[in-house]
Amino acid sequence: MKSFDWTRRVVKPAVFILCLVPLLTLVFDGLTGRLSPNPISDITDLTGIWTLRFLVITLSVTPIRRISGWSGAARLRRMLGLFAFFYVSLHFLTYIYLDKFFDLDDMIADVSKRPFITVGFASFLLLIPLAVTSNDRMTRWLGGKRWKRLHQLIYIIVVGGIIHYTWRLKAGYFRPGVYAAIVGILFLYRIIVALRPRLAKIQGDSRQNAPNAA
Amino acid sequence: MLIKKADELRSSEITPESLYRGRRAFIRAAALAGVGLVAGSVLPASARGQERWPRGKKGPYDTDEEPNTYNDITHYNNFYEFGTDKSDPAEYSGSFKPLPWSVRIEGEVKKPATYSLEELVKPFTLEDRIYRMRCVEGWSMVVPWRGFPLADLIKRVQPTSKAKFVAFETVLRPSEMPGQRDAVLEWPYVEGLRMDEALNSLTLLVTGLYGKPLPNQDGAPIRLVIPWKYGFKGIKSIVKIRLVEDQPPTTWNIANAHEYGFYSNVNPEVDHPRWSQKSERRIGEFFKRKTLMFNGYADQVAQMYSGMDLRKYF
Repeated sequence: MKSFDWTRRVVKPAVFILCLVPLLTLVFDGLTGRLSPNPISDITDLTGIWTLRFLVITLSVTPIRRISGWSGAARLRRMLGLFAFFYVSLHFLTYIYLDKFFDLDDMIADVSKRPFITVGFASFLLLIPLAVTSNDRMTRWLGGKRWKRLHQLIYIIVVGGIIHYTWRLKAGYFRPGVYAAIVGILFLYRIIVALRPRLAKIQGDSRQNAPNAA
Repeated sequence: MLIKKADELRSSEITPESLYRGRRAFIRAAALAGVGLVAGSVLPASARGQERWPRGKKGPYDTDEEPNTYNDITHYNNFYEFGTDKSDPAEYSGSFKPLPWSVRIEGEVKKPATYSLEELVKPFTLEDRIYRMRCVEGWSMVVPWRGFPLADLIKRVQPTSKAKFVAFETVLRPSEMPGQRDAVLEWPYVEGLRMDEALNSLTLLVTGLYGKPLPNQDGAPIRLVIPWKYGFKGIKSIVKIRLVEDQPPTTWNIANAHEYGFYSNVNPEVDHPRWSQKSERRIGEFFKRKTLMFNGYADQVAQMYSGMDLRKYF
């Protein structure tokens, strides 16, 4: 008899609904006049910042799993990553519709002339193959090793996201600085994990070579 | 009395709250529902142009455009002294004390003086002017200011022949202005104008909004409004005006000389390095508008810049 799958039956649906809260809040605020006098700018900002947040949350899954030992965390990672893609799609749609009104020339000029848009757009494009290859079939088709390699693009994407955020501000870089610090810690964690076997080996070697090794 | 005519404002002359709330709720709902394409055209005419300020008579400097609501003008502000979010000034300016207030006028003048706000305003006739306001960030509003020409004050203190520029300074009060506790910009905020710009009849020292005393979040008790320049040139909560011989430093230029020039005239042909200045979103509107040269005030100001390379002197 199989035991009740808490992660699948309870945690995952709960997190799914939680991930929709930013969107539902935005829609509710919009419909009830709680946004600022410039609601389109609010929509752009909120969908953008939630994209960055979901990228950071997705990146924290592995460290959380390793440190806490809760293997269920890994089973949330795909969904969290897809929510990052969901929010960036809304962000991009807001841009092409509510900011540019589908004016292609204007958009091309933006992407080519404005570095913050270039970086944001490039990060969005890089996220597409990750979303496309997120299902089981594509994962199997690619094979674990290649899939993993491809999905390491998220490191570049999240850095692009932070640059995009920083470069659009006029002054006051505290908030993007907080994201940069968190991502820095997550990167550092991975570097340490990756280097540990090698460090252990070096330590082991030096112990072997030492005279009177116990 | 501090703000003359202030009591002449009847609440009926301000856009009724229910009307503008309803209008904006509609635009928001339309935008969010994705049917916003039609919002601009289906807004009933009756909801758009009926409540002009001041009612009836249009002054020579007034734009015909519909003023933004009092609520918009007081809840969507860039006033970094109170925080960098647009909602921060309304939220965090409550403990700021605009009265009593005094303004020091000095430098290349024959009659330097420190005026209380009452003394400063007394000799002049306050007038209402409906101006366009274009923010460097790409949004705009129409604002019914109340004030008097800066030129009147400058004439009163009798500039010397050495006076070529006017420098302005905002009050420094970190205890009342939480934004000044962060080094987001160099405090106090400073701004400047060339003498001819300062004397231009459009340049206004403003003490009121919609006929009421200027609220804290809009630069109480006295601020500058230069409608053909980007909004940040309109320095708020002024405590010092100094007539000088050399071009004075200005805060945003100190922060980033590459992006913000001394002149900062509204100019759709000269982009901000990071975004286009060709169009703008008027607060309360769905579609963007084309940005006008000198914010639509070219007739009154363009001659001051004839022969100048506006790409170089941006």
